Amino acid sequence: MTPLAQLLEAALFASGAPVPLEALAALDSDVTPDEVSAAIEELRHHYDEGGHGIELVEIAGGWQLLTRPEYATAIESAQLASRPQRLSAAAHETLALIAYRQPITRADIEEVRGVSAGSILRSLLERGLVDVVGKADALGRPLLYGTTPAFLEHFSLRHLGELPRADELAVALRPPPPPSP
Amino acid sequence: LSALAATVDRNLPMTADLLPLSDAIRSPAVEAEGEAPSFIVELTHFTGPLDLLLTLLREEQIDIYDIPIARIAEQFLERIRTLRLDEAAEYLEMAARLLRIKAQTLLPRHGGDEPWDDPRAELVRRLLEYQQVREVVDVLESRAEGRRQRFAAPRRPFAVPEQVVVGARRFEAALSDLLSAVDRIVRAVRAPTVHAVVPRALDVPGAIEAARALLAGRKRFRWYDLLDVNAETWQVLSVLLALLELARLGECGLRQSATFGAIEITPLERTPVGDGLVAVESGQPPFDTSHDTTGAAA
Repeated sequence: MTPLAQLLEAALFASGAPVPLEALAALDSDVTPDEVSAAIEELRHHYDEGGHGIELVEIAGGWQLLTRPEYATAIESAQLASRPQRLSAAAHETLALIAYRQPITRADIEEVRGVSAGSILRSLLERGLVDVVGKADALGRPLLYGTTPAFLEHFSLRHLGELPRADELAVALRPPPPPSP
Repeated sequence: LSALAATVDRNLPMTADLLPLSDAIRSPAVEAEGEAPSFIVELTHFTGPLDLLLTLLREEQIDIYDIPIARIAEQFLERIRTLRLDEAAEYLEMAARLLRIKAQTLLPRHGGDEPWDDPRAELVRRLLEYQQVREVVDVLESRAEGRRQRFAAPRRPFAVPEQVVVGARRFEAALSDLLSAVDRIVRAVRAPTVHAVVPRALDVPGAIEAARALLAGRKRFRWYDLLDVNAETWQVLSVLLALLELARLGECGLRQSATFGAIEITPLERTPVGDGLVAVESGQPPFDTSHDTTGAAA
């Protein structure tokens, strides 16, 4: 490996979190962004080709070292690390709406889901998956919610564009058929 | 249309339609206990009335664009009757909505050529919208499951180094980060409410002296006669204790004719010390209890 790739490896290991390219470029003032990209590519290859238990994954607008999924069960049963709890279906519904319609008010979420969303929003805020991104101009200036980098991380997304586009979903919003005679 | 026509026969008059709803209001707990012990499972199973409705449609293999509203309303009510009501308000609202749509479909239509607003249209729109959400949920769930199988190195909280390198990395904070930071600072800055409690010696013997002087000279007097207009708390307390002491010794009687009324103090003939000589008839304390008895200073 080149010295730069080694430096990136050390930095990614030290951070634990996804590190954006700009932050990696700040490690060495003498290198260009292109060189960093090339070194990332080299590192990724190193993990893919060499037979490693971890790999370099592009996630949430950055790069992160993650263990390979096939070892999760063994790691968890040895109690070295535990898989995070799954979110509830209601939380997923709320997140889906926020991801597609952000910035969105609580009332709009409730309107689509048909149930109140206050407590779910609170726990999503606590987990950092969503955040208040502003206030709507509507009456009462309700808070607007949007997704966070932690959301991308949780769902292993590089960016929101990786979610299926609304018109790719099987059920498109089509107008009701003409009334039968 | 034939489905709608069939329901007209079955479900008139309207009052009969509304009955199941009121039944659901009255007796869900009883029924849940008797016939559906698994209702709690159902409750966590559905994320809301739209979820339940979609499940019903799927079970019955019904085209979302042509919902036999009467039948579905009936089945919906059947299902929510097994739910505990206190958690089913949103379901009841949907039930009411279904019954309203049903009522609207029963209204006679004028003229064959006139465009007809299908009362189900809004429900169809909401169901389709919700179904899209469910599709995204499937995508999200499988992606989250994939991420769950991978571990990252534990995060090490980044403490600001003593020598901050300016411009090394852009500082980013979301609105809520800033708000909670402000909140933390405001909490830290706000001076805690501290009461300085100053012990003040009471002068009970002095008050007894003064009370005895009054007792010797007058047939009756009032609490206030023993105190200056702007007496301090410790003086009020001293007088209170003095009067109680004198009453205990049998040197005076205390009488309050009305609740919160003035306390009358009368001299008694000195008798040997005994119990029950304190003639406080009312249970009220002889002075305003809101008085600060600790001499607290803000």
